[in-house]
Amino acid sequence: MTKLVYFAWVRERIGKGEEEIDLPASVRTGGDLLAYLKTLGEDYAHALEHEKVIRIAINQEHVEHDEPILDAREIALFPPMTGG
Amino acid sequence: MTGDVPVVVRVQTEDFDAAAEAARLAAGRRDAGAVVTFTGLCRDEGGRLSALELEHYPGMAEAEIGRICRKAVERFSLLGITAIHRVGKIAPGENIVLVIALAPHRHAAFDGASFVMDFLKTSAPFWKKEHFADGSEGGWVDAKESDDRAREAWS
Repeated sequence: MTKLVYFAWVRERIGKGEEEIDLPASVRTGGDLLAYLKTLGEDYAHALEHEKVIRIAINQEHVEHDEPILDAREIALFPPMTGG
Repeated sequence: MTGDVPVVVRVQTEDFDAAAEAARLAAGRRDAGAVVTFTGLCRDEGGRLSALELEHYPGMAEAEIGRICRKAVERFSLLGITAIHRVGKIAPGENIVLVIALAPHRHAAFDGASFVMDFLKTSAPFWKKEHFADGSEGGWVDAKESDDRAREAWS
């Protein structure tokens, strides 16, 4: 099981802040993960519609979409950041 | 080596006291010649907004600000740095973020504070939602390209 966490409008569109999910072995990178989640329902498809905009963090560090998610304890998906 | 340099990072709902934080960072230092204190405030955008609501990724927000601060310490040879970011609902005129850089000379202190703000805005996991003056909930603030350019200017 992998813990997924969502923030801001990604969280609102998916309809939850976090979940534990069993990922298929074919999901190897962040990009694979986005493509897989989009098959899980309309809410996911809507939240992740513009894949390139979505930021990914593994174990609380930023990663690129083509980086492997192997051994991730926690994967976060969120929009571009607007703090400060 | 940045190991001995004080790096204070906090994410909190309550307000902060910029002067007290600056005094604490500089207390007892005889090697510091400059302290730059930056405070980011909530704007009402011409009367349009009643509040900004700040969401963050607990754990990563603190970790990412810490990484940015340590880079600034190394790059500008800072003597200390404090970064405090508020979360929750913040009204126009209230404080949002505080960055204090302590250095032997002013250029390093100015640059250090500016560097931390430019990276914090684009890579620390915080998001702003607008609340309108008429009581309705607005949308999420869009990231600005000008903020990305400001960050890239440091590379």
